Amino acid sequence: MSSLKYESQVRPPLVVGDKSYHQISEDIIRPIENRPSKLWWIGFLTAVLLLCFGIFSVTREVIYGVGQWNLNKTVGWAWDITNFVWWIGIGHAGTLISAILLLFRQQWRTGVNRAAEAMTIFAVICAGQFPIWHMGRVWIAFFCLPYPNTRGVLWPNFNSPLLWDVFAISTYFTVSLLFWYCGLLPDLATVRDRAKLKWRKFFYGMASFGWSGSTKHWQRHEALSLVLAGLSTPLVLSVHTIVSFDFATSVVPGWHTTIFPPYFVAGAVFSGFAMVQSLLIITRKVLKLEEYITIEHIDVMNKIIVLTGSIVGIAYLTELFIAWYGQNPYESFAFLQNRVNLLSPYGWAYYIMMGCNVLSPQIFWFRKLRRNLTVTFFMSVIVNIGMWFERFVIIVTSVYREYIPSGWSTYYTPTVYEIGFYLGTFGLFFTCYFLFSKFFPVIAVAEIKHILKKAGDNYKAKMGPEEKETPEEFAHEYEHAH
Amino acid sequence: MAIKRFVVGSFDDEAVLFPAVKKVRMAGYKLYDVYTPMPIHGLDQAMGLRDTSLHTAGFIYGITGTATALSGISYALIYDWPLNFGGKPHFALPAWIPITFELTVLFASIGMVLTFCYLCQMAPFVRKHHFSLRATDDLFVMVIECTAKTNEADLQIFLKSVGAQDVHTQNAETGWWLGTYSKNIPLVDDPKTILA
Repeated sequence: MSSLKYESQVRPPLVVGDKSYHQISEDIIRPIENRPSKLWWIGFLTAVLLLCFGIFSVTREVIYGVGQWNLNKTVGWAWDITNFVWWIGIGHAGTLISAILLLFRQQWRTGVNRAAEAMTIFAVICAGQFPIWHMGRVWIAFFCLPYPNTRGVLWPNFNSPLLWDVFAISTYFTVSLLFWYCGLLPDLATVRDRAKLKWRKFFYGMASFGWSGSTKHWQRHEALSLVLAGLSTPLVLSVHTIVSFDFATSVVPGWHTTIFPPYFVAGAVFSGFAMVQSLLIITRKVLKLEEYITIEHIDVMNKIIVLTGSIVGIAYLTELFIAWYGQNPYESFAFLQNRVNLLSPYGWAYYIMMGCNVLSPQIFWFRKLRRNLTVTFFMSVIVNIGMWFERFVIIVTSVYREYIPSGWSTYYTPTVYEIGFYLGTFGLFFTCYFLFSKFFPVIAVAEIKHILKKAGDNYKAKMGPEEKETPEEFAHEYEHAH
Repeated sequence: MAIKRFVVGSFDDEAVLFPAVKKVRMAGYKLYDVYTPMPIHGLDQAMGLRDTSLHTAGFIYGITGTATALSGISYALIYDWPLNFGGKPHFALPAWIPITFELTVLFASIGMVLTFCYLCQMAPFVRKHHFSLRATDDLFVMVIECTAKTNEADLQIFLKSVGAQDVHTQNAETGWWLGTYSKNIPLVDDPKTILA
């Protein structure tokens, strides 16, 4: 019986404490059934306030135009596209955890995948806001969709990376949503079957699509998850690759480099894992889920942070090396004058980026620091600040001084409405996340039950050969008995 | 669908469930289904279910996406409105790879999820009979269909002997109906039991 083969005892348990299947449902679903705490209300209302400020800022931008932002003749992309790339990057960790780690059979993913996938979806929603509202005349945003129209028939340019982005982001959002929701179905059914209140029975009954837990359904569900994981894996790599093409296929010094796709993907995973850490360190504490999201999980994710942070560091150094080695005067000017030169207008941003992304994560080589919650939380914020500055450096320091000095712009600073838009997406993100943590199980209940006997603390102790006959052997025996 | 009679036995450990499934099948009872709170690898094989063809469906949907993207872009850029970008060929396949790939993934995913919902007969406002509410919590619920030949009392004793905790008989609608879970529709209490 392949399912009951136990994992090596050397591996630390992923579920701590004396847990039974019922106890797992209790622990994870309890926050949904309880009234929200004061802390939840404070967090939720703060998020809604931020969201309102964002809506106000965006409304002004729609009424008065993109002139509400401090964009100028060469800095046409600034905070908006920085924020877009930043949010999209954050989304990538969720898909990495849910899809790539599923393919690699990494069982620790079960503790964190649900929340990380939710984070992906909310982050992609936030990211999508920026290119949409940056269009200015947003009421004709649908012009970027290819459909037979009355404009002559004017098609969008399928050879343009900006249109690839439209397809990539919308596909990414749809597939992530489907993947997340399919995983949720069994857990929503668990909530439904425990429900005492009428509205809960109605809501979760509807949301769980009438899931029953039939073996045939589970078989299809497993097949579906595996194929969706297989599809999401190249998809997530393609999304940030295409985002990097927005820059790499242009001829702007500092953007026109072939290293961008892998460098962007590594950076995306790096910042995404940092965001997962920030969210989960708080979630596990507030919802009392420390036995499911253990220090072990935090430790493994910190290892990924130090790995991807180092890849990003190598990419920065490679860029610098190539800028010198390539002997292209514009390219080397962009790097050596606009970025590395601390005394240049944006030199400070380059060093914030280097410090936060390359140097600071190196502390995670030490096991003690990897397993320290305060250090991890602090570092996760630092990494996200660093990754925001990476995109800012790439975008602004490349375009504010391009080829001809007469086209060099003045020092770009954002207006309050640009900042308001960014803060507004934080509001949107956290509003969604707070609602998610209140109404949905933040940990995949069925998946935790699935790994319990392999990775549960109380089961690891009494391991042994459980069953001799494999299903194949039984199928054979059954055939011959009849 | 039809209302049928079932003997329901609940197990609290998959290590007991597995041999029980085998014994029930060996004894020749009509195993209707086993409801479990989580996927149990190998149970489908032990029950004698064939492997799902959902993968194949996914492949077909994916190919459809590829074909849609390539034919759509070719139509727009070669036939309907050919534009000259610096003398480059109208058929610019490398530049179409990203969108082709995205549509392949998109079609495969949406198609597979819809097929999954169709095969499992799942949708909002779909209501089904659930033999035990704890089947989504901590019990493995084995359901055996009664036929004209089945001796219910014998079957109950047999299920207990293979390790079932709680054994009882239920009349149940086998299909789905439109409804919500907040209202209890007394469909299953219908006395007209049909024995297959």
